Amino acid sequence: MTTIDKAPTVQSQRAGTGTRGTRILGTLTIVSMVWLIAFGLGFSPADRDQQEAVRIMYVHVPTIWIAYLAFVVTAVASGFYLFKKSLGWDRLAGASAEVGTVFVALTLIVGALWGRLTWGVFWQWDARLTTTALLFVTYVGYLAVRRLGGTHEQRARRSAVIGLLAVLLIPLVHWSVRLWRSLHQEATVLDPDGDIDMDGLMLFSLFVGVIAFTLFYVWLMLHRTRVMAMEDMMEDRGLDEALASRRREAAMPDSEEN
Amino acid sequence: MVIFAFALDADSVLERVAPGLVWLATMFSLLVLVQRAFAIETDDGALDAMRVAGLDPRAIYFGKAMALAVELLILEVVLLFTAVILYRQTIPLDGVALLVLTLLTATCGLAFVGTLYGGLASGFKGRETLLPLLTLPAVAPVLIGATRAVESALGTAGAVVSDGWPWVGLLAVFAVAFGVGGSLAFGPLIDE
Repeated sequence: MTTIDKAPTVQSQRAGTGTRGTRILGTLTIVSMVWLIAFGLGFSPADRDQQEAVRIMYVHVPTIWIAYLAFVVTAVASGFYLFKKSLGWDRLAGASAEVGTVFVALTLIVGALWGRLTWGVFWQWDARLTTTALLFVTYVGYLAVRRLGGTHEQRARRSAVIGLLAVLLIPLVHWSVRLWRSLHQEATVLDPDGDIDMDGLMLFSLFVGVIAFTLFYVWLMLHRTRVMAMEDMMEDRGLDEALASRRREAAMPDSEEN
Repeated sequence: MVIFAFALDADSVLERVAPGLVWLATMFSLLVLVQRAFAIETDDGALDAMRVAGLDPRAIYFGKAMALAVELLILEVVLLFTAVILYRQTIPLDGVALLVLTLLTATCGLAFVGTLYGGLASGFKGRETLLPLLTLPAVAPVLIGATRAVESALGTAGAVVSDGWPWVGLLAVFAVAFGVGGSLAFGPLIDE
């Protein structure tokens, strides 16, 4: 894990988490986002039924895909932490959960807007929507557990256990919600991506969206894990450093005043 | 239960949603009970004492969960009878087996989840907010399953008894999953 959170050493004067790698990645992300905007808003055709509203898909689908990816990374990293006891894995899990939670929130907001346009309502008590909402709350809980305090090792172990419990919980929630809805099927719920024979250009735009958001995710993750490593280091060393500098000040009196 | 009647001021609505209200009341009581149970423990340092005494954390976990389950069961029975009296529910004879099994499985699930997160949140400043945040999404399957199963057992709104059995299956799977997961996780969580 030394490659992922390579924080600058205290001695180095360079402040920031950027390296050549992240800058290249960031540039690629911007380029692909521009590409996505061009394809999503420009080149791809409007839908037969949904007209222009279909363009929301190019954000909606990639964001939930990133959220799922992020939570899988959280779970895997949590498992690795419990085996390896290396804080790098814990920071990876935490950073991924943070990014994932933001992306689930984005998906829910964008999805609600899309729902208003195509279904006429912001929210349907559909199995997938309900599960996603509970997923969001579950990971907000996970992030709250990370903030409980204590040493880094305590935080890491607690959150790794909760991160793995969430993996146990998600299928149960999904199963129960599906069973709940299938018994109470009222109106026909439009499936958001039920278009099986999707237009080629639309599929390509969606693909561009997934690529762009995946690059964005990796870029965010690199920076976030490095910031977390720095935070941890600051907590560990911050007081010592402050005391040392204060003592240095006290050791050379009157040098500033005169 | 009386307060719910003020919010849903129509007899037919109350009769329709009575099973859900019973479980909603149970769920909120769970939060209070868990907090109370662990407040007593942490005040006296009893959890640490038991750990020092060399008890298996799994034994502590199951012990606390069983105590919580007994409290919850008593509460649920009282709530059900309140629903019978206030919300005009009837308990048909052929639904009794389903009802009893639902109460048992749902209570085990609730107690396992409550004990696990209660142990985690105990001793921290923000536990009043942390506990509902962790517990409520986790017990959502129990709320769904137990409500539907009790609806079937009581015959609310034309539900039939046979509909209730898949829900009991879900509740049982939930209880087993959290029983196993919780007993494994409890040790690392309280061991600080």
